[in-house]
Amino acid sequence: MNGEIHTSKLEELRVVHQPLARHDQVGKIAGTTRYAGDFAFPGMLHARLVRSQVPSARLTRRDVTAATRVPGVVAVLLGEDVPNNEIRVDVPGQAVAVGSLKAVMHVLATDRVRFHGEPIALVVAETEEALAAASELVEIDYEEVPVVSDPLAALEDGSPDVHQGGNLLAEWRIDRGDVDAAFAAADVAVEETYRTQFVDHAYLEPEAGVGWLDEDGVLILRVATQVIEHYRDVARILGVPDAKVRVIAPYVGGGFGGKEDMTVEPYLALAVHHTRRPVRMQWTRNESLLARAKRHRNVMRYRTAAAADGTLLAQDIEIVSDAGAYAYLSALVLLYSTVHACGPYRVPNVRIWSRTAYTNNPPTSAFRGFGGMQMVLGYESQIDEVARKLELDAGEVRKRNALVRGDRLPVGQEIITEVQLAQTIDAVRERAGDRPAPSGPRKRVGRAIASNMQSYGRLVWLNDSAAAWIGFQGDGSLTVRCGVPDIGGGQASSLGQIASEVLAVDIDRITVHFGDSALTPLAGTTTATRQLLMSGNATYEAAVRLRDQVLAAIADETGQPVRGLRMESGAIVGPDTRVPLAHALQVCRRRNVPIEALGSFFGPKGREVTRDLEGDRIFPDFTFGTHLADVEVDLDTGQVEILRYIAAHDVGRAINPMSVEGQIAGAVVQGLGQALLEEVVVIDGVNMTPGLFQYLIPTASDVPDIESIILESGEGLGPFGARGIGEPPIGPPIAVIPAAIADAVGARPTQLPVTPERVLDAVARGAVDAPEGATA
Amino acid sequence: MSEDAGVSVTLVVNGTPVIRTAGGHLSLLDWLREAAGVTDPKYGCGEGICGACTVLVNGEPASACIVLAAQVDGADITTASGLCEPGGSLSPLQRSFHQHHAAQCGFCTPGMLLCAHAMLRDAGRRLTRAEIREGLHGNLCRCTGYTDIVDAIEAAQSMGIVR
Repeated sequence: MNGEIHTSKLEELRVVHQPLARHDQVGKIAGTTRYAGDFAFPGMLHARLVRSQVPSARLTRRDVTAATRVPGVVAVLLGEDVPNNEIRVDVPGQAVAVGSLKAVMHVLATDRVRFHGEPIALVVAETEEALAAASELVEIDYEEVPVVSDPLAALEDGSPDVHQGGNLLAEWRIDRGDVDAAFAAADVAVEETYRTQFVDHAYLEPEAGVGWLDEDGVLILRVATQVIEHYRDVARILGVPDAKVRVIAPYVGGGFGGKEDMTVEPYLALAVHHTRRPVRMQWTRNESLLARAKRHRNVMRYRTAAAADGTLLAQDIEIVSDAGAYAYLSALVLLYSTVHACGPYRVPNVRIWSRTAYTNNPPTSAFRGFGGMQMVLGYESQIDEVARKLELDAGEVRKRNALVRGDRLPVGQEIITEVQLAQTIDAVRERAGDRPAPSGPRKRVGRAIASNMQSYGRLVWLNDSAAAWIGFQGDGSLTVRCGVPDIGGGQASSLGQIASEVLAVDIDRITVHFGDSALTPLAGTTTATRQLLMSGNATYEAAVRLRDQVLAAIADETGQPVRGLRMESGAIVGPDTRVPLAHALQVCRRRNVPIEALGSFFGPKGREVTRDLEGDRIFPDFTFGTHLADVEVDLDTGQVEILRYIAAHDVGRAINPMSVEGQIAGAVVQGLGQALLEEVVVIDGVNMTPGLFQYLIPTASDVPDIESIILESGEGLGPFGARGIGEPPIGPPIAVIPAAIADAVGARPTQLPVTPERVLDAVARGAVDAPEGATA
Repeated sequence: MSEDAGVSVTLVVNGTPVIRTAGGHLSLLDWLREAAGVTDPKYGCGEGICGACTVLVNGEPASACIVLAAQVDGADITTASGLCEPGGSLSPLQRSFHQHHAAQCGFCTPGMLLCAHAMLRDAGRRLTRAEIREGLHGNLCRCTGYTDIVDAIEAAQSMGIVR
């Protein structure tokens, strides 16, 4: 803990809100935690995919004869060997002319490949050596088809089709108020186009897992995943009942959205299904970078109108995102972009048109921030430009326009919780103090802030739910079972803290079993910043039920009113009573009172959207924050050094402040990577960055200490008033870095990543390249 | 493909001699993970970039994915679990990692610890935060943003761990 906590409305808490060292970290630090790729079975086979070497082609011949003859090869499978090779993706809200009809993917391509790295064949062998040899011998003939590489060109008439029926996968529109009239009446208008890049999740653990058949013929996959409930998708592919597939997620070595879609699951399942033997699959880093879905690159054209006092009057926004070769979650990611496009500000007149286009680039899908984060570059750059033109303070303009409870977003959703955006702005500025001085005559220092909002919890029409079970053992220790996948954010550990808080059992006497689709109550996906809201509330519900059951039994037994009883460490305590917990549990057994309880939590409900977005609630709620960065720009080399980085978010309530700080710091550095370093470079559909030699993520020496400030409004919808914090902090870095560079050199980079070349372009445009001795 | 009789390699892994006959082409990482069942060094990139497979070879940090096992036949190998105290409890450096929340997903942690261990052992003086960051640049982490890791290593310097 090196940050600050600003708290309001804090109830008396014993365990929740404590910066506890997490139980899951002990094994990770001792080197004993087994990840998905760390398991082995006697007689285990190995599996590997043969992938397309070209981005767009018809497959005219696939011959596995030679590969099958390699000693040690057990099977070489093609699309024809997959019981249900077609995966259909739901694309909501679209007319049939776009979307759902085209949203088909294949487990293994049979006649057409649409991106570099698309799976075509699955080799299964006794050894890695046989795998390597056989993979080389799968013969594939390609008849190349013109490559669609640019999403804007893809949407123009005459572009080749990636799928039949045009390249428009989905579009959304918002039309609120009278945008043209507002622009006509405005004192100032700004306009710019912003571009973001393909980004890879680059978690340290590449996709991996083991699969086997259990004694009852249930196919079990133990895989690195954020979604154990893909067991249903696996069952559909194999054509077996859902109840015959079980997915277990051990501690996952990072997810960030990249393990939200299936990765190894269908292939492991297929290999086990065909061979009836245990199989392991480990993707190489090359495969992970080449073929797993990326963050969408967006082109975002913004026009913003404002009054002379900085009040925002209107925004006109057009978004085009690159869906890559297959649908995955692109339509929903674009929906998030659309709903988040105006940021945490009140804008009365808004017109948004967003489209996502198929190309022959790598597929794009979920990535921390899920379409909402790219928009931060747009709306924060615009509000800065409004402030600059009006010669107003950028923080004051933000505060003037900040959403407050009761405001409605352009999409129609009402903000129902307190918004502490202004407090986050004040907090980062107060902490930052004076701006640093440049370290040399050819250096310039810049400071900027960027604010954002990001939803937490799933889209309301998805009928989200989560369940958790808590049971006392006879000795008073506690077992929690919850189907939450733990991807490193303390998902399981926070549930232990919540149970400990309510049931007054020491955290060391609680075991949290998690992430098993057969044996733990289903809790949904570890995505969308939803697990604390969902599994946290479910665990809270289970704990309260269990507590109330036990207290009621003791009330009956002792004749005391239940209201006077409470749980304390090791005992049930009332005004005239102290019943040791072990005795209380015996009382429960004697009185047929269960010493276990199931808790369920159901997310807020709402109706499904249509393409023309208007109505009410889309998301459960939002998390707000502001970041501040000091940078130093070298006018000659374009190098940017981040001197200081401060991030403030209202997290409602920090269940574990250390985990909250960890989420903020980690998201910030991932965002800084996108701001300055990272890009999946794709040229004519060919991925040029399939290794960590080419795809650069921040090292420890590229970034400064991340100073976090936790605000606690107590206003969130999660347990104890918590808001989600997994995704929100990744948005501001991509805006605050270009803004700080603009402050330093007088012109704003508008395209990510802000490479030294783009910095020098800004230096040239900003005309600060003044002779030595002059000051900006 | 002919059956490769393999080569016999002996390594002293965390103090225990381990003898395995395996393919002569096996990297130290694959030898440890596949032949010897030592899974705390992780596969992250296979190119010596990410540091997840870092082990100590005769006390010096090395990326096990780009060293052949046969190249280091006879060497002392230390993995993260080898840093633990007898009985398996955490060492002072490991405790500092725990107290400072320096592991999230934990996949980089074994390599990060070994890098930190060697860095502190060899420093001979108190390192600045900037020096610690420089020393970690070969070990990537995608979860923590590094601040907690630097905190843990900086604090460990006060815990008398450097022998």
